[in-house]
Amino acid sequence: MGSIAKIHEMLTTKQCSCSELTKSYLREIEKSNGELNAYVNVTGDEALKTAAIVDEKIASGEQIGMLEGVPMTLKDNLSTKGIETTCCSKILKGYKPIYNATVWDILSKQNAVMLGKTNMDEFAMGSSCETSCFGGAANPFDTGHVSGGSSGGVASAVGANIAPYGLGSDTGGSIRQPASFCGIVGLKPTYGAVSRYGLIAYASSLDQIGPITKTVEDASIVFDAISKYDDRDSTSKGNVGGDTYSKLNNDIKGLKIGIAREYIDGVRDDVKNAVLNAAKVYESLGAEIVYFDLPALKFALPVYYIIACAEASSNLGRYDGIRYGYKTIHYNGTHDMICRTRSEGFGEEVKRRILLGTYVLSAGYYDAYYKKAQNLRGTIIKAFNNAFENCDIILAPTVPMTAFETGHAVSDPIETYLTDICTVPVNIAGLPGVSIPCGFNAKGMPIGMQLIGKSFNEATILNAAYKYQQAAPENFKDTKWGVKL
Amino acid sequence: MKYELVAGFETHIELATKTKIFCGCTTRFGGEPNSHCCPVCIGLPGTLPKLNRQAVRYAIMAGLATHGEIAEISKMDRKNYCYPDLPKAYQISQLYAPLSIGGYVELSNGRKIRLHHIHIEEDAGKLIHRHGDTYVDYNRGGVPLIEIVSEPDIRSIDEAREYVEKLQQVMRYIGISDCKMQEGSMRCDVNISVRPEGTEKLGTRTEIKNMNSINNIARAMEYEFERQVDLIESGGKVVQETLRYDDATNTTSPMRSKEDAHDYRYFRDPDLVTINVLREEVEEIRTSLPELPADKCRRYIDELGIPEKDAQLLTKYRKISEYFDAAREGVKSPKTVSNFIIGQIFRRTETESDKEVFDVSVTPEQLNELVKLLDSGKIRNNLAKSTLEKMLDSGKGALEFISESDMGGLDEETMITLCRQAIEENKKAVEDYRGGKEKALKALLGNVMKNSRGKADAAAAEAKLKEMIG
Repeated sequence: MGSIAKIHEMLTTKQCSCSELTKSYLREIEKSNGELNAYVNVTGDEALKTAAIVDEKIASGEQIGMLEGVPMTLKDNLSTKGIETTCCSKILKGYKPIYNATVWDILSKQNAVMLGKTNMDEFAMGSSCETSCFGGAANPFDTGHVSGGSSGGVASAVGANIAPYGLGSDTGGSIRQPASFCGIVGLKPTYGAVSRYGLIAYASSLDQIGPITKTVEDASIVFDAISKYDDRDSTSKGNVGGDTYSKLNNDIKGLKIGIAREYIDGVRDDVKNAVLNAAKVYESLGAEIVYFDLPALKFALPVYYIIACAEASSNLGRYDGIRYGYKTIHYNGTHDMICRTRSEGFGEEVKRRILLGTYVLSAGYYDAYYKKAQNLRGTIIKAFNNAFENCDIILAPTVPMTAFETGHAVSDPIETYLTDICTVPVNIAGLPGVSIPCGFNAKGMPIGMQLIGKSFNEATILNAAYKYQQAAPENFKDTKWGVKL
Repeated sequence: MKYELVAGFETHIELATKTKIFCGCTTRFGGEPNSHCCPVCIGLPGTLPKLNRQAVRYAIMAGLATHGEIAEISKMDRKNYCYPDLPKAYQISQLYAPLSIGGYVELSNGRKIRLHHIHIEEDAGKLIHRHGDTYVDYNRGGVPLIEIVSEPDIRSIDEAREYVEKLQQVMRYIGISDCKMQEGSMRCDVNISVRPEGTEKLGTRTEIKNMNSINNIARAMEYEFERQVDLIESGGKVVQETLRYDDATNTTSPMRSKEDAHDYRYFRDPDLVTINVLREEVEEIRTSLPELPADKCRRYIDELGIPEKDAQLLTKYRKISEYFDAAREGVKSPKTVSNFIIGQIFRRTETESDKEVFDVSVTPEQLNELVKLLDSGKIRNNLAKSTLEKMLDSGKGALEFISESDMGGLDEETMITLCRQAIEENKKAVEDYRGGKEKALKALLGNVMKNSRGKADAAAAEAKLKEMIG
């Protein structure tokens, strides 16, 4: 049973109160966060306030919703009114939004119990969580390894059972990659399915908010709840494909699952084998595996970095110390103040991407880089559309490797960029993608696979993911940490 | 060597929408600093813009009113630069696909000043310098603007003046802005260059900013034209730069501010979707536009027989032409109505802003009633004029001042009586007239008119006097 359903049952059958449950999570956070560094801000008081409200409702015999009273966490780039939201950057330390992100509005109205804000790569730029100004989060399977990024804190917390579920954000793989590294489930919805209003922007045409959970059914419940049309986000469409929860257990006989050769060829053997084994499991469930070529994939990484950095260089222009956030102390005039504030407030990786983004948009280079990247983006979208003429979903590795050791990513940024190679194409095409665990390497570190669907076909990929989870539950391994439900 | 002035304008006009272009904050002028703001227009992290369709509609109206072609597909772009009055460090504007393309403003000399395009964008906040410190007020940030870019077709300062005045007039007419330069709802930047008369090649241009009145624009252009000519004649070269106009010294000087960032790194704003402008919507807007002043003026001249100068006065402000059109309903001669308005009512609306508002104490219906009395012959012109003055003083209708006995003109008996009375009281004038002095009759006529309280028909009275004098 998924964590959310389990907790809902526990609360409604009065096995424990919401306050008791919340307290046990807070205790476990206190015990393990020192080692895991998953949380950067624990909001115990607010959590207990909400828990008390839920307990009153239950005591008075009122019905409670599925997500009501379920503790959870938010990545620290999601705006929470009155609660510090830093994007794990020095430049936003102390910043408290005066409004809620839409997704948090939705969940808090349902009395979700937020335990705190979790760790991330600074401004979501990174693949290990180590560019965070608070230091990286640890992998619950082996703390000498990274949790992944950029939603590393959410993945670490969920994998270590110190949050039943969390919301992360995914621009080039930031939900799916940490989910893969930590052996759990991470869903990046179709671009436009979930409102971005309140998500502190990294790359506006790529960012999406999504759930990170222990099980597929948890991801389904949360996605159904947060995928609502929001007229404050002009790119928002809501859940065009309809609810996913009722379709999880649909029969997948005859489902055509495509595998792109380019995806499989570029990854390490242990990852390749795990994914191919999963394909066999699907065949045993009656699905049909179809191999095809997707040569456009080779453009994905440069297209991603050009577009993402260009948009980021613009989105991050507003951090100048004038209205909020960090401001340098000694300066000579406005221009000097802004330069010093940004040089001191931003970390190395953020500065690297801002410089790159500014460069590709600059006069003389716009056509050669940005415009070309946008054109190639169209090519990649077409390539996926063509692929989907011959299959219903695409099966691929999530990351070419398992979680690397801490400190490894920082020493080699380019190699780190290459770890995004399986995830970025999905963001470029705006498609939904879910990562689920499909095996372990020799050292017991989790391997993840992706199911990629057509636009607004979350129901299909979650259905396929659920069926796999049922057929291969041994890959959804628990860790020693946290609250045992 | 004679030099020719070549100029083009970039005019920013604040649209009179109720709310800002990307959020629901009010566009109302004034208010405590930073009180008309919200997370979106302050650009707080995580916020997103939402396009106000009323701003798009107003921009389309502006495009149609200047004979532009409205784009079917229009896009919003980010113009990136760093300045404290720009909270997102980029301005959402349009570069690649503006809402209106082409168009023109026609001048009285028959020349058409072509427009390059019209686009919409958001305004920035305002910097306030006080006691050595600089403060920022974001109330104005996010107010919708249209930017009207002309081709360098202007060839004289008079043309420049007229171009700006005509733009002002049209935009006020269609009701999208009050275009008040002193209040900042209309701002003009001039691009000006010189070239030897008769040559084709454009000279290097300079851009003059910061002129808050049409007179300042004229003065600044005059100064800059002279400065460029002097520079070239003394062997120098005009440098392309941005200048500010100082009205105290009547000079232009290079701007030192950081606004001169040349590379704005424009790219399509990913937070906003393509603006699809349906042809049906454009047609609906076109039919809902009021008749434009130039067309109305022409119609008054051609169809109603109003002299050109009068027609221009009547169509200068929309409220005056609306008043005129209401007042002339069913009258014999619209020119009569026009004369009353221009001759008498205008004296009660002395300033331009009075004329623009045209809040007069006499309603068009009341004027209409008065003119119809005149048309029916029930009263004479002099009485009508004096009655109108009384109406303007009191706001009451004509019939308050004209009694039954005033109407119907003068009967024959009374006419003879008055003429006899005039002859008897002005024996000298009668003798002078009989002696050949034609003008002497006027004194007698004046006497009759006065005693008839304006009811007598002047021509008939004159004829009667002549008859009686012999």
